[in-house]
Amino acid sequence: MELQEYKSKDPIAWCPGCGNFGILNAVKKSLAKLDQPPQKTLFVSGIGQAAKLPHYIRANCFNGLHGRALPVAAAAKMVNPDLQVIVDTGDGDCYGEGGNHFIHNIRRNIDITVIVHNNQIYGLTKGQASPTSEPGMKTKVQSNGVVLNRFNSLAVAIAAGCGFVARGFSRQIENLSNIIVEAIKYRGFSLVEVMQPCVSFNKINTYDWYAERLYDVGESGSYDPNQLQTALSKALEWGDKIPMGIIYNSPHKTYLEKLEFGNILVNQQNNDINGIFEDFA
Amino acid sequence: MKEDLNIRVTGEAGQGMKTIGSVLGKVFKEAGFYVFSNLDYMSRIRGGNNFYQLRIATAPKSCPKEKIDLLIPLTKEALHLHKDSLDKDGLAVVDKEEFKLDECKSYICIDYFKLARKAGGSDLYINSVCSGILAAMSGIDLEIVKKVLYEMFTRKSKEIVEKNVKAAELGYNQTSENNSSSQLKLAKPSGSPKYILDGKQAVALGAISAGCKFYSAYPMSPSTGVMDTIARYMDKFGIIVEQAEDEIAAVNMAIGASVTGVRAMTSTSGGGFALMGEGISLAGMTETPLVVGNFQRPGPATGFPTRTEQADLNLVLGAGHGEFAKIIFAPGTIEESFYLTKKAFNMAEKYQIPAIILSDQFLADSARNINKLDFDSEAIERNILSVKEAKAINKYKRYELTTSGISPRAIFSRIDDVIYIDSDEHTEEGHITEDADVRIKMVEKRFQKKMDALLDEFIDPTVYNLVRAETVLFCFGSVLGPLRECLEEINDPNLAMVHLSQVWPINSQKIKALVKNKKRVFSVENNAEGQLAKLLHRETGIRVNGSILKYDGRPFTLESLIKQLKDVVSS
Repeated sequence: MELQEYKSKDPIAWCPGCGNFGILNAVKKSLAKLDQPPQKTLFVSGIGQAAKLPHYIRANCFNGLHGRALPVAAAAKMVNPDLQVIVDTGDGDCYGEGGNHFIHNIRRNIDITVIVHNNQIYGLTKGQASPTSEPGMKTKVQSNGVVLNRFNSLAVAIAAGCGFVARGFSRQIENLSNIIVEAIKYRGFSLVEVMQPCVSFNKINTYDWYAERLYDVGESGSYDPNQLQTALSKALEWGDKIPMGIIYNSPHKTYLEKLEFGNILVNQQNNDINGIFEDFA
Repeated sequence: MKEDLNIRVTGEAGQGMKTIGSVLGKVFKEAGFYVFSNLDYMSRIRGGNNFYQLRIATAPKSCPKEKIDLLIPLTKEALHLHKDSLDKDGLAVVDKEEFKLDECKSYICIDYFKLARKAGGSDLYINSVCSGILAAMSGIDLEIVKKVLYEMFTRKSKEIVEKNVKAAELGYNQTSENNSSSQLKLAKPSGSPKYILDGKQAVALGAISAGCKFYSAYPMSPSTGVMDTIARYMDKFGIIVEQAEDEIAAVNMAIGASVTGVRAMTSTSGGGFALMGEGISLAGMTETPLVVGNFQRPGPATGFPTRTEQADLNLVLGAGHGEFAKIIFAPGTIEESFYLTKKAFNMAEKYQIPAIILSDQFLADSARNINKLDFDSEAIERNILSVKEAKAINKYKRYELTTSGISPRAIFSRIDDVIYIDSDEHTEEGHITEDADVRIKMVEKRFQKKMDALLDEFIDPTVYNLVRAETVLFCFGSVLGPLRECLEEINDPNLAMVHLSQVWPINSQKIKALVKNKKRVFSVENNAEGQLAKLLHRETGIRVNGSILKYDGRPFTLESLIKQLKDVVSS
């Protein structure tokens, strides 16, 4: 399908130079590569700069509450598995406000793709620490520097049983779109964390900062993303070198497969309780 | 001959009072009596003291009684705790040996522990022994007990069924042998309705009958029984029942399912409902149909987890930040719990709003025998664009401005266009806006226009003796049963009842017409503030002369409420 098919008329409200533009382009490219019809695609988001993305794509959009994209997305997929459900969320939205849903929807393993725009800072509320901010980073609130540990989302996801864990970079659009294609194709909860600079508030984790550190796990040619232990140690890597690409990719049965639930609920009508009412005689 | 008998089975948590209660309820129902039961239990799995109370009568009853005609204690402690509640000619059936009692003159002594162990090898069989004892005492054929036990334990092994039947036989026989047969002297019943339901089962069946296909909740007493009942039938009806990680997830999942095109519901109690507040506001803003049950228990905070109160009226009235239309039903009976749940789904979809069902532990855990419900009433009205209608739309606007305030609702992938839905203030297309003029139009659409229409849908209150009486007693929700029975009992021509089964929005004109020319107005509420009285004043200007309140975590009883009503009359 042509990229043009996914063009939204809504004017974009991000800062010039924001990493979100790269992610938006990559997402559109992924949909085009998959020939994904806009009418059969649902983007769900919470609150934050990342969460505005669904407005900038021509596809179905549910832009809900801060931190609560995952339960909405999970339920939408449960009742209509024909929909391709994609969540766009940020480090604050997904790992902070929505942390509980992050853990338990990984356990639920519904076939949705979750793209986390990780800029290691709160953008929309103007520059406070996020769960992924570097310890020591000074902000207006964390005036003595961040003292909380950095949340390692990829390792937490693998430990919680997520079968598809990847990391991309907002500047490498083609590579990112290929990762998103694989994530969408994966049957189950797939996590794509995208490193993305916040040009307005994060003066540490800049384009250059990421470019110097990120390397593709696939470069060596010998990396096997189907190995849990290897993937977990890769996910834990963070420092001078930060791994990206598909870090873990292992088939896991989905929620609906485990329930052997073949019904598409949105088509169901059955409500005649005459038969069961006798159970109360 | 007694026409009304109050039985209390009491013991520690874990001894199976609930099972005894449901066996007894069915036995007496099969024998042609009306039964009304309610549960009084502690928030623990073992120990403490719980009781199951059952009224058996030749006419329908709906109020718990304090004075007991027959006490069945399963521990010595329970005997001491409850024996003072025995009516003057009340009886207690005790196990002298097990309780190590010196004498047995004031009680009927039957070795039910020994009989249980003999029949089944375990104390759990006391359930069935007791049903045998009671059948013998009230002159009910043992065959009825056997039939009930076969039906109830049909899903268990044959051995378990036989042991239960044996236990009932032993209880029946010993009672007959020591001349305790027919002690209860019950009047002959004239037959009674066939089905026994409690308030939470009625809500669950209402939801299934309304075509609910998605139920997400976090377990919380006393709402959990709704989830249990729907889960029991999930495979048969193709329903997803999902235990959410918290109430915030539960309400957002229900919204996610609803917005995708299925009828969805969640339930909880006050604490969980407080967590759902933002989600209810989201349903209001995105105009997503949503049905939420709040089964109240006493707060604040954890309060009495397993007891009853009506103190969340203010909470549900104010549920969700911001201004948007919603509707709140407060069913008063088992039947209303069913019909109003069905109606809640229709109203939620007709107006694209949250609909709240306000029940409580007393109503949720009370069972009565009722006639077959009318499953065809409240026929399902989805108010969703058909595929054909959707095809005719060129540019779909989810929030199209209309005179009614209601925009045609299309569903993802069931229309050729895409749909934008937003929790931010939005344009007709569903995109984020900060435009002041759009804001005004959207507030009028979501709030005023829908509220005006909802006023016309106001459910007429249930009234009792309103024509003659000069004093009117207002109540809502579960107080209906106790208040009506007490008024029938007092039979004072000057006292009337007005029961609201819809507490929001309130149609002021209709309420004012009901109390026109009346001398005095009171409210009867299971809370400390008189929340209904304040709502009435705010919405209609009617000021009550006083309120009859109860806030000890227990429902009104026949004795206490009659006394309070008489005080009102003489005041």
